[in-house]
Amino acid sequence: MDMNFFILMKPELLLTGLIFIIMFAKIANLAENNGRFLILVNTLLVLNFVAGFFMNQEGTLFSGMYITSDSMAFEKNILNGGMMLISLMAYDWMMRCKNTPEYYMLLLSAQLGMFFLISSGNFLMFYLAMELATIPLAALSNFDLDRPKSSEAAFKSIMSSAFASAIMLFGLSLMYGTTGTLDFAEMQMLVTGSSLQVLAFIFVFAGIAFKLSLVPFHLWTADVYEGSPVPVTATLAVISKATFIFVFMSTMFTVFANFFMVWDKVVMISIIATITIGNFMAVRQTNLKRVLAFSSIAQMGYLLLGVASTSVQGASSVLYFMLIYVFSSVAIFAVVGLIFYQTGKEDVADLRGFYKNNKLLSWVMAVALFSLAGIPPTAGFFGKYFLLTSGAAKGDYIVLTVAILNMIVSLYYYLRIVKAMFIDKSENDFERISVSPIVTVSIVVCIAGVLLTGMSGEVYEQIKSLFLASN
Amino acid sequence: MSLSILIIIPLLTALAVIFCRNAEQVKWTSLFGSVAQLAVSGVMFFQYNALRKAGEVAQFVFEEKHTWFSFMNINYHIGVDGIAIAMILLTAFVVVAGVLVSWNVSHLTKEFYLLLVLLSTGAYGFFISLDLFTMFFFLELAVIPKFLLIGIWGSGNKEYSAMKLALMLMGGSALVLMGLLIVYFGSAASCGAPTYNLIEIASHRLDFSTQMFAFPFLFAGFGVFTAMFPFHTWAPDGHSSAPTAASMFLAGISMKLGGYGCLRVAVYLLPDAAHEYSWIVVLLSAIAIFYGSFATMMQKDLKYINAYSSVSHCGFVLLGIGMLTKTAITGAVMQMVSHGLMTALFFAAIGMIYERTHTRQVEKLGGLLKVIPFLSTIFVIAGLCSLGLPGLSGFVAEMTVFQGAWQRPETFYRLATILGCLSIVVTAVYILRASGKVIMGPIVDEHHTHLSDARWNEKLASVILLLAILAIGTAPFWLTDLLNPGSELIMNQLTAR
Repeated sequence: MDMNFFILMKPELLLTGLIFIIMFAKIANLAENNGRFLILVNTLLVLNFVAGFFMNQEGTLFSGMYITSDSMAFEKNILNGGMMLISLMAYDWMMRCKNTPEYYMLLLSAQLGMFFLISSGNFLMFYLAMELATIPLAALSNFDLDRPKSSEAAFKSIMSSAFASAIMLFGLSLMYGTTGTLDFAEMQMLVTGSSLQVLAFIFVFAGIAFKLSLVPFHLWTADVYEGSPVPVTATLAVISKATFIFVFMSTMFTVFANFFMVWDKVVMISIIATITIGNFMAVRQTNLKRVLAFSSIAQMGYLLLGVASTSVQGASSVLYFMLIYVFSSVAIFAVVGLIFYQTGKEDVADLRGFYKNNKLLSWVMAVALFSLAGIPPTAGFFGKYFLLTSGAAKGDYIVLTVAILNMIVSLYYYLRIVKAMFIDKSENDFERISVSPIVTVSIVVCIAGVLLTGMSGEVYEQIKSLFLASN
Repeated sequence: MSLSILIIIPLLTALAVIFCRNAEQVKWTSLFGSVAQLAVSGVMFFQYNALRKAGEVAQFVFEEKHTWFSFMNINYHIGVDGIAIAMILLTAFVVVAGVLVSWNVSHLTKEFYLLLVLLSTGAYGFFISLDLFTMFFFLELAVIPKFLLIGIWGSGNKEYSAMKLALMLMGGSALVLMGLLIVYFGSAASCGAPTYNLIEIASHRLDFSTQMFAFPFLFAGFGVFTAMFPFHTWAPDGHSSAPTAASMFLAGISMKLGGYGCLRVAVYLLPDAAHEYSWIVVLLSAIAIFYGSFATMMQKDLKYINAYSSVSHCGFVLLGIGMLTKTAITGAVMQMVSHGLMTALFFAAIGMIYERTHTRQVEKLGGLLKVIPFLSTIFVIAGLCSLGLPGLSGFVAEMTVFQGAWQRPETFYRLATILGCLSIVVTAVYILRASGKVIMGPIVDEHHTHLSDARWNEKLASVILLLAILAIGTAPFWLTDLLNPGSELIMNQLTAR
């Protein structure tokens, strides 16, 4: 236990510290005043985010159970930043909530699980971290205690997670059976591609696909997103997805690296299915949250394109896109949350005439939606372009064609939201949505991120250098 | 001079518009910005001519290059040749006229001008790009402003038209994107590393199979923007639903993005494939010309008349490009400039008449010359330019295209040329019929006896466009001299097997 331990595990230790502070605040009755407590928590989250940029070291701990590298540190920074932005944008809602300490304790525990998941170097650690990352989020889905839909969402979430875990555990047991080890590095040597291992891989993949809500394991997504409180939906859609895509990437590149021929085909099929079905289902939705749920499914397909390219460029495009996705999605969910908690409206058609009294919020929403659709000058354009480029570098032109054509479909439902806000007229004026300063900060950061991450080439170069350094 | 100023001025204008307090400020700021842009374009034109006279032989002048994404060899790389300058001048003229024509927009004025300026930024950026990525960036930049312009300020079935236009143009850019990726990775073999640099790709010719693979995507993709048959269906709906200025921008500038892209990217970078596929291009454009002109005959709405005739006229652009001779290519670019100016004037005239009479149906209009002489004259002149009256730009451009096209001796190409020539008769029919009905004859609606003629802004807009049309129509040599080095360059690519 030297200093090295503290430096390597800095992100996790900081988070644990945060959880303890919140717990003590609760025990000492300091959380009675919601406003003061939220200021405290948000300040801590900002500090935690800033601290993530200093003293990052590469190394392993606990005989390979825990790995960290520059790119992993960056991934954790994305998660920290996302958590911070979501917490800031949820400020208005949290102010009216009871039990805020519990909310943050659960949320940060889930994040702790995600951090360990990213850093895991052993399937034992992997599985434990995955459960830690999932179960608190399922509890959080039920945080709107008086809404039946919220409970339904929590139930669906926990059931499908349990199912996914079981399937994955079965796959892992088969992997253990064929290789006799749970360590990533050792297992990589022993992966031969025997049919039992292929079967094992399929199960493991299915488990992760559940978490990423890839088609055909996507059915829980829309219901859970719709029912959960908006900030929790944002966490599920952004933070949780980001974690699992990072983890998926690292396991595919390490444990299953020799398995490339098999998982490549599986991933290609799921890309085509995910993008197409996600987009076409999104077209049919009328509820705003459900549209966003299916759109997030489709976006995962585009991300997989980067993963499947197995190149430095693909990997950095995935991180880059995820960063942009955090900014765009949090901005959208911020607006959706404001609308939902102030007016109770959650359908696309309800947004009619929104522009009249909420000019800035409409533009925020539009810019963020265009970023998801991949329209310049927003960063989403660059993100999608680079993911597609990495896909083309591998030469999968069929998958590429499907992905590119689907961008037209996705533009349709994003434009439908824009159309409702800007173009459609309604008989009754849409009331003016009030936005508190803290929420404004979060939205401004997101929009600045959406506009600047792409236009300045620096961000991408930085991310790429992370991967070049560690290879 | 620094070319980036062509992007910076519109961006600054847009920024200034955001901070304007009232509608008057917004209008004057936009007008100031667009006039400044026109002045800069003019200066650039004269500087370019001076450079050429001084013996400058570089293909592209005023080049600028900054690294953007170094790992992928993406640069912000700009530069112009004569063809690009012609397109920039066209854009500048149309933008000034569009800003002037929209003076009466009272609903969300700020947003309207903001989107107009953003749309023009996309066009300027597209025409000066020498890097395919930068080019694509600006191409897509111009899609969403169109959607909002039509959707918010449009008329008729605007939601449908706006969505159709946005999705079809997005489809076009999806095809372009596919083509660009193929070119990018194909260039690795010839240039050493994958690159988006237009000059580099052109100088190290891509291998044949890459060219053949990429050409359909690129040509069809850009073809969607220029309303190539069978991807033209967005054009009539979009044009007719759009507010006046947006119609002018759409037909005058935006459709030219496609034509310019076909020429600069598809033909210039993929010359061997252009030879192979030229018959398809010629076939499709001949159909567009013929079908477009007959479809126009059936229209009863003035905007639809001009929209379908735009399909037909843009067919001449593609016909010229598809013929692959130097004269035809020069003619195609001239047709782009001429049609851009002419159709902008036409849409402006229609818009101004519509604003007063509240109808665009031909049968409900009549005898307008007696009530609003200025507007009626403009309307007739635009129509005559459209049917190719000598002395106006349309004649010069179409004549050059036909002359170039006739240089192809093969029967198929001859037939296509003849078909194209014949369509002019049809054009004369619908233009004369419509303008005769609208301008001459008895006044149909008694409400139309007390209409006010053009205001200063409308007069100014019309005169600016008219002067440009006359400048090409009466003395075309300054334009051909401007274009010739560019088309010669493309011909060199095409002939060097």
